Amino acid sequence: MMIQDTVSETNKFRFVYLIKPRDFSNAGDASANVKAELQKHGIEPDVIRRVSIICFEAEMNIVLYTKGGKLIVEVDDQKVDILALDKGPGIEDIELVMTPGYSTAPEWALEYGFGAGMGLPNIKNNSDVFEIESEVGKGTIVHSIVYRRKNEIKGNN
Amino acid sequence: MKLKEIIERCNFRVFTPEVNFEDIDITGGYTSDLLSDVMAACEAGSIWVTIQRHLNIVAVAKLKEIPAILITRGLVPEKSTIEKAQAEGVVLLGTELNSFEATGKIYCLLKGIKGA
Repeated sequence: MMIQDTVSETNKFRFVYLIKPRDFSNAGDASANVKAELQKHGIEPDVIRRVSIICFEAEMNIVLYTKGGKLIVEVDDQKVDILALDKGPGIEDIELVMTPGYSTAPEWALEYGFGAGMGLPNIKNNSDVFEIESEVGKGTIVHSIVYRRKNEIKGNN
Repeated sequence: MKLKEIIERCNFRVFTPEVNFEDIDITGGYTSDLLSDVMAACEAGSIWVTIQRHLNIVAVAKLKEIPAILITRGLVPEKSTIEKAQAEGVVLLGTELNSFEATGKIYCLLKGIKGA
């Protein structure tokens, strides 16, 4: 599932995961792998805690609502940069989906405890920088940054 | 409080006998059936009380460092959930109590309130 593990420069590494749609038996594995890798590299526990939440929510969103996508995590001395990309269907009204409690989850997903309308708000709340872009028919990009240094200027959170 | 003591005092069923829980400490608890709610609010070291019993609860527990999940109302986890929990070292427990009753019992034990 992890398709790449490049150590391009010193102190900088990157993980790329392919996330399949409706693949519940592996859902959460990418996030678990991110967490394990960050622990291995000695990243600060609070950063790992926040990145884990962001990755899990992003991963579940791709599994539940899209035609599949990718989770890309890049780590350097300053920050953890998380990019979640999918192949659609895209979001019509971004403001609406960012509203806590709003969900488009089907009945079966609700029964499994998904679709609380908290996924994107959870990502935003744990990010120092949060951006979302979407085009109906094409796909959605969720970009999130968690700074590793406490004195770093906070983003639009 | 040791998880072992909670299990014994509440008579919880253990679905993952291969996971060693002798030394696990429980520092709190959280009761919810919404995975994103647990992701947002459950503290590490908690026992998670829920009626969810599918595979993804194990992923949530691992990410949030939740050592034990208690499945209430006599519900039984799916086989795949048990296998994943065993592999990941998450303790899966069961009880005939509902989530309200189970939470109350555990709360009293953790807070040292008698009569639970």
